[in-house]
Amino acid sequence: MATIAIAVDDRQKRPRPRTRVLEDERWLAFALLLPTAVLLGLFIAYPFVKGVLLSLSADRVGVSGGFVGLANFDKIWNDSIFRTAVWNTFWYTGVTTVFKLFLGLWLALLLNRHFKGKAYIRAAILLPFIIPTVLSTFAWKWMFDPTFSVINWALFKLGLITGRINWLGDPDLAMTSIIIVNIWRGVPFFAISLLAGLQTISPELQEAAAIDGAKPWKRFWYVTWPLLLPVTMVVVLFSVIQTFADFQLVYVMTGGGPANATHLFATYAYQIGIGTGLLSEGAAISLAMFPFLLLIVIVQLLYIRRVETR
Amino acid sequence: MAQVVIRDLNKKFDEVHAVKNVNLHIKDKEFMVFVGPSGCGKTTTLRMVAGLESITSGEVLINDTVVNELPPMDRDIAMVFQNYALYPHMSVYDNMAFGLKMRKFERAEIAKRVQEAADILDIGQLLKRKPRQLSGGQRQRVALGRAIVRHPQVFLFDEPLSNLDAKLRVQMRVELKKLHNRLGTTAIYVTHDQVEAMTLGDRVVVMKDGVVQQVGAPLELYNQPANRFVAGFIGSPAMNFATVSLAEHDGAVWVEGPDFRIRPPQSSAGRLRGHAGRQVVLGIRPEDLRVANGSDPADLGFDAVVEVTEQLGSEILLDVKAGPASMVASVEPTVPAKVGDRLRLALNPDRLHFFDTQTEAAI
Repeated sequence: MATIAIAVDDRQKRPRPRTRVLEDERWLAFALLLPTAVLLGLFIAYPFVKGVLLSLSADRVGVSGGFVGLANFDKIWNDSIFRTAVWNTFWYTGVTTVFKLFLGLWLALLLNRHFKGKAYIRAAILLPFIIPTVLSTFAWKWMFDPTFSVINWALFKLGLITGRINWLGDPDLAMTSIIIVNIWRGVPFFAISLLAGLQTISPELQEAAAIDGAKPWKRFWYVTWPLLLPVTMVVVLFSVIQTFADFQLVYVMTGGGPANATHLFATYAYQIGIGTGLLSEGAAISLAMFPFLLLIVIVQLLYIRRVETR
Repeated sequence: MAQVVIRDLNKKFDEVHAVKNVNLHIKDKEFMVFVGPSGCGKTTTLRMVAGLESITSGEVLINDTVVNELPPMDRDIAMVFQNYALYPHMSVYDNMAFGLKMRKFERAEIAKRVQEAADILDIGQLLKRKPRQLSGGQRQRVALGRAIVRHPQVFLFDEPLSNLDAKLRVQMRVELKKLHNRLGTTAIYVTHDQVEAMTLGDRVVVMKDGVVQQVGAPLELYNQPANRFVAGFIGSPAMNFATVSLAEHDGAVWVEGPDFRIRPPQSSAGRLRGHAGRQVVLGIRPEDLRVANGSDPADLGFDAVVEVTEQLGSEILLDVKAGPASMVASVEPTVPAKVGDRLRLALNPDRLHFFDTQTEAAI
């Protein structure tokens, strides 16, 4: 009996080698970080580096073209479609973000009040956000169809138009159409995120301001808005990044047409890189987004930091 | 100059009847305290006076004007909230100035009033700070400052000291009292702490389940509680209660407990005579019990066993068992009582309270 007791004791005192390694903080930290590092490396760092290398080469699908320096960038700079895509991307991102912010904020303020059936409405508002984009975009494509458009039908029945509107066939209208769809899809994200932000603001502050003599609009401007600003900035940042690099919506709605009038960075890069097989040029177009996005992110992060430390 | 009159005030939240037929007259310059356990309707009543809660029925009048339909900003009141409700993104100065800015005061007048309030509250050195850089006590002062710069007709306080630690609470209580003496503004103060109510109030309203139980000066509530609830709520440690029978022998009324028998003084006998032969609730405050000595009459004492002793320095609280009844007695710190001791306690005959077992009203 005594021998067994000692053996058990011994094992408790000296852990097995593997356990001992994990008790060392440095090894443990490394072990815990490893999965993340591998995932980031594999799915972010590698494609990014590969993209940069591709953009500096003359590779095409199936053909290795060798190093050409900045020739691809020079080429796209002189490409009028690329310039349109750059302008489109900024226009698309700017207009949709402004609308999404205003509509989202308005909805959030409404939903922050107490009324019956609030939970259902809140759930319903999320619908555009949770339906797969491709699916909902196809529905919109039908609604904008030159022949079967329900929008045209409704406008016609209301007596507002006499002929058909070719929503996706006219360059300006096509851009407006995809902007509408993007706003429809993006408002729920703004509304729900801003609502979450609103709910962290104590209702007592509103009451204090009401007693202090502030009318509803002033209560919003002097109390709610400044306190909501950090959340708003984060939401805008997320949305700008996503919208700037948007692909599926435009791809499904117009495919970049009519006559390449609605291309964004991503759809044009896809058309050149995958559609026509000019991998290196496509990579250069994608990479051209990078400095813009970097700038937007830096400016907004700096601003958020300033707001939060105020 | 402002008086607040509350007439037949009711508040219903769906099924819950939170405030029931409250009638009060708060005089000009009076410091009125609403006290009661949580959920008694005191805060709801205050919020209806403030205009933050709609009124189901009844009327609130400030200076003879019915204010039921007036928004909070037009009632000329200022409120101090439990969690201070300071605007976190504004400096202390801006917090205090906000109400004046909204009312379009001149810049110089705002600066003068803020400085004045800051001097009174001794927060002049904090004006540039943000609320999060302040301690709880400092935030409380800023919240008070925001209320006083406006020179309102009525101050409303919603448990303003409950987030402070015990020591600071006592200190702020004294300062609030001084502030009220200095400004003389009519004040309504809500608290669940009966000590705050007793020390601050000119008069105190005790509420329970939405109903006013008693309105009166602090000592009036303490000495002549209207019912068993008020008797138990006011005073610390709480009043002792024991169910006893009243019996009439040889023309005298006797109070008969399970293990004791006492004869109340002639003064209260008259009131009790009508209840002879019935059970009533006897109430006696811990400070009206003491250890009996030889000179005490035999029929004003009872035997008890000490279960717990609590040394407070200035007094000892004895938790005793007298028959089936548990009681607390507050005795001289020199009494050498130990757990398990048997001793004889004497009642102060002039300080006995009796309550009806059914209605709980004082007899």
